[in-house]
Amino acid sequence: MEIDPILQKYPKSRDYLIEILHDIQNAHPQSYIPPEVVTRVAKHLNVKQAQVYGVIGYYSMLSAKPRGRYVIRVCASPICNLMGSSNLIDYLKEKLKVDIGQTTPDGLFTLETTECLGNCAAAPAMMINQEMYGSLTTGMVDILLEQYSKSHK
Amino acid sequence: MLKEYRIALRNSGLINPESIEEFIAADGYQALRKALRSEPLGIYEEIYESGLRGRGGAGFSTGAKEKAAAVICSDCDKYVICNADEGEPGTFKDRVIMETDPHTLIEGMTIAAYSIGAHRGFIYIRGEYELSIRRLTLAIEQAYQHGFLGNNILGSGFNFDLEIRRGAGSYLCGEELTLIESVEGKRGYPRIKPPYPAEKGLWGSPTLINNVETLANFPQIILNGAKWYRSIGTENSPGTKIFTISGDVVNPGYYEYPMGITLRELIFDVAGGIKNNKPFGTALLGGAAGTFAAENQLDVQMSYDKLKEVGLTLGSGAVIVLDSTRNVNQTMLSILKFFKHESCGKCIPCRIGTTQLYETLANELKSPTFNPNKVYRELVWQAELMARTSLCPLGQSPVLPLKSLHDNLMALLTASNA
Ligand SMILES: Cc1cc2nc3c(=O)[nH]c(=O)nc-3n(C[C@H](O)[C@H](O)[C@H](O)COP(=O)(O)O)c2cc1C
Ligand code: SF4
Ligand code: FES
Repeated sequence: MEIDPILQKYPKSRDYLIEILHDIQNAHPQSYIPPEVVTRVAKHLNVKQAQVYGVIGYYSMLSAKPRGRYVIRVCASPICNLMGSSNLIDYLKEKLKVDIGQTTPDGLFTLETTECLGNCAAAPAMMINQEMYGSLTTGMVDILLEQYSKSHK
Repeated sequence: MLKEYRIALRNSGLINPESIEEFIAADGYQALRKALRSEPLGIYEEIYESGLRGRGGAGFSTGAKEKAAAVICSDCDKYVICNADEGEPGTFKDRVIMETDPHTLIEGMTIAAYSIGAHRGFIYIRGEYELSIRRLTLAIEQAYQHGFLGNNILGSGFNFDLEIRRGAGSYLCGEELTLIESVEGKRGYPRIKPPYPAEKGLWGSPTLINNVETLANFPQIILNGAKWYRSIGTENSPGTKIFTISGDVVNPGYYEYPMGITLRELIFDVAGGIKNNKPFGTALLGGAAGTFAAENQLDVQMSYDKLKEVGLTLGSGAVIVLDSTRNVNQTMLSILKFFKHESCGKCIPCRIGTTQLYETLANELKSPTFNPNKVYRELVWQAELMARTSLCPLGQSPVLPLKSLHDNLMALLTASNA
């Protein structure tokens, strides 16, 4: 993966670490930060690799493991829970035939849960990569999945 | 019908958030112009006099915090940070400000920076808020082009640089000292307080850290004066508050009203009442780290002090409404799951305690002899112990909703699981 343009965007200072990791992950087709990239970033910012892994491991949005092209994050916090997010999660599990944290065999979708997305007036809510969706029904989920599958082809 | 009174949201929906020209036409950056012509001392005294209190949840006097950061040293590095991590369940007011009127936040921050003598600032936005990040990135660029940020702002000789930092999915990073760790590019483990950020914050330097809504009030206070601001709201809680109402109401959403509006007015007038004409059950105020209000508390005024008098909290302004057919025990369980998930694990009482609270309630709810009185007494006891022994405020939070349920809503808890 070509990360030079991303590294060049930021000064060589540790406080840009999370910014850089976000950019790398968003650009990666498997939505993660690969080991060889961790090495490069650590060198660039003059920090230990273990510190970079520490940061990736701490923050729930960052991943050191390959994920799908599209990461689905369903809100499981109290309001979405009240408005039916657990049904939605069950529906997605069944439809994608994966458990939470797993990726579909075609590498397209990873299913995750998350805490409150700040979209509670439109609960239940979820994100697919950086896009926010709300007032979800199973019917809408069907349409979204179809659109994302198509846009990939 | 009660009328909305918009200060922080004054431009929201009325101007194009991507146009700095429209913001300027709506008196934008006039407050900054005025502030830069006066002494910094005049600014923080005006904010102090206005009685503005932090809208991030704790309700601390904003002017007092500014003053502390202003007088601690001159000729030293100082920073201003805007807390836009907004992770408290049920809260989405800061997102609305950033998405619909990003320049008001930039203006407020620049005024704050001038008043304490800071030349560099950061807006820490939770990574999930993609649109907020885009809008603010653009707005910052525009503000530089127009001379509202950068060197020699509006010819005043004052310099201020502003950057965005993205969070990455940690509720705890909304806690101010933990947030500072995160801005430094580290894992979000809390620091021990004191020292407070105003003494030792970002990179060890004095730092003023305020919530988005707090800072969005600055421009109007500077333009119209502390006296004007005090004429709105209540004696101890001046001004307006953005309430975000969710759950079983007809019109969930965000609404800005003077402090002192009653909970009943908010739910039944502003948000249109309970959906499907069901009876009211309870309202969770302030999010997961909040308190449950009972029906006989509906006439309480929404202000820091009045809520406190009856054992409730304003917090972030979240109002989460449950109709009487909802199983409140399940909502409490999902709150405990939230804390279990967001505990950073640094100290044992909270790491073990949050798991134990969740598992105790989960198991008890499956038991055929579930006795809410006994179970909640036990949970409150555990949570109180945990609060006393935990390192940071997250470990002190679960006791709030638990205790309020135990004290106010035993009847509903019993009916819920019947
Ligand atoms: C666990 C935890 C999470 C918090 N999350 C936020 C948050 O998302 N946004 C916020 O403004 N304040 C949050 N706070 C409060 C901050 O620590 C701090 O009080 C606030 O940023 C101060 O700004 P204010 O005085 O303008 O309210 C949180 C506190 C704790 C303990
Ligand atoms: S109280 Fe909880 S969140 Fe705070 S430091 Fe301890 S384990 Fe971490
Ligand atoms: S609880 Fe799901 S978006 Fe807030």
